[in-house]
Amino acid sequence: MAPLVASQGELQRRRIIDINAETVTNIPSTDFPGHWPGESHAWALDQFKENFKVDYHRNDPYEASFSLIGLDAAVANAFRRILMAEIPTLAIEYVFVHNNTSVIQDEVLAQRLGLIPLKGSVDGINWMRWYRKPTEDEEPSEDDGPSDFNTVVMHLDVECTKNTDAHPAEEDPRKLYNHAHVYAKDISFAAVGRQEQYFVGDGTIQPVNPDILIAKMRPGQKIEMELHCIKGIGADHAKFSPVATASYRLMPDINILKPIIGDDAKKFAKCFPKGVIALEPVTSAEASRKGSGYEGHAGEQKAVVRDAFNDTVSRECLRHEEFQGKVKLGRLRDHFIFNIESTGQFESDTLFLESVKILKLKCARWKRGLNDLMA
Amino acid sequence: MPASVHAEEPQEVDQSMLDAEPEVDPIMLEEKRVIVLPGSSETSASFQFENEGHTMGNALRYAIMKNPAVEFCGYTIPHPSDPKMHLRIQTTDNTTALEALEKGFSDLMDLCDVVTEKFTDARDQFNEENANRMQS
Repeated sequence: MAPLVASQGELQRRRIIDINAETVTNIPSTDFPGHWPGESHAWALDQFKENFKVDYHRNDPYEASFSLIGLDAAVANAFRRILMAEIPTLAIEYVFVHNNTSVIQDEVLAQRLGLIPLKGSVDGINWMRWYRKPTEDEEPSEDDGPSDFNTVVMHLDVECTKNTDAHPAEEDPRKLYNHAHVYAKDISFAAVGRQEQYFVGDGTIQPVNPDILIAKMRPGQKIEMELHCIKGIGADHAKFSPVATASYRLMPDINILKPIIGDDAKKFAKCFPKGVIALEPVTSAEASRKGSGYEGHAGEQKAVVRDAFNDTVSRECLRHEEFQGKVKLGRLRDHFIFNIESTGQFESDTLFLESVKILKLKCARWKRGLNDLMA
Repeated sequence: MPASVHAEEPQEVDQSMLDAEPEVDPIMLEEKRVIVLPGSSETSASFQFENEGHTMGNALRYAIMKNPAVEFCGYTIPHPSDPKMHLRIQTTDNTTALEALEKGFSDLMDLCDVVTEKFTDARDQFNEENANRMQS
């Protein structure tokens, strides 16, 4: 017997997670073999290919927003988790303090430096490899230690001095002294070895934002540091995370079950963010149709859903007596609206592609590992 | 370069940043990072994955559950401070738990290819449309 196929109406019902005044219902996905008697739901690549859709909303270098439609939460969540914790980036890891007479303590300063997002030639960063931290109980070998392919060395050398040109009545320390404020732009970089092929010109390793305040000093104080940057992943330390935020939300769904007309319609529209609900006049055709609920209301304003995308699903409309039973709120379980904000080392769209690549790579690696299991 | 994954896969394809793996001790790599837990049979087995979490666990569970020959599949992280993930698979007689696991990985990889392809297309199209809008 050929597998049953559910009706369009039924499929649409299954797609929606119901959002009620105080509860959420119809939460878990049910598109698995054996869940619905007679229906298949087995994995079929061509079917997935047909149904899966990507809608792009925004593509700025450091902020991208797009919809993935036709995916399960398990997979969408894997992409999100990989984006945050498993894409390697470059960050300051080792700080050698040669001199620090500022009031900020060495360890606090080092911690602040680590959190500064860096940018540079993407090819160069991709070319770099892991730096292996030497362990105590191991014989140090020749391969250990920093090299051009695993460590980027930067320097922070600043000394605060009096500005002799300053006006005698000047009170702003930034004008009164030189280097009263130490900024991220004071960090200098020089390429070594093969780094010279990558990290030159626009590809120089530098802070994404030059105006991050690192420390404050007064004349006579001095900071001299050597900073070693290595590649790492967000799972190890949040400073290695390539994204400021990587999140998704489900597409809201608003279903007006019974007509909402006149002043009620205005009040209804106010329950939602601007542009979500629109007011349209009731047409004479609707008004003349028996049982439509619009009889005798021709020309009055009715509420229609214009664009549910921007809805916050605040459920405000469910609190009002006059809308009881007239509206159904929900979210589409397979429509993920992703928002990825990059810290600046990579572009947001490449980051998502990287996350897909990493998931595939992990699968391939585990699958290869299974061969040992059988042996 | 220390004997990390790169040493074993010299310049495999490209110099992608993904070619590397989180800092794993090279000795660990030699060890089996996936084992079958005691009490397994052909059609039902629990696998233990080291250094793996919800990212892979849930996605893999989904892919395996999509297989009609699988009666049960679930994953757990027995203890949050132990970096281990357990995956339980029970199948019908038509297949084995190991085969189901392999198929799960393959299906997930196919899925990734489709996502990459469609995402790239959508992005390129969006960029093109945006460029046109800027010009006009």
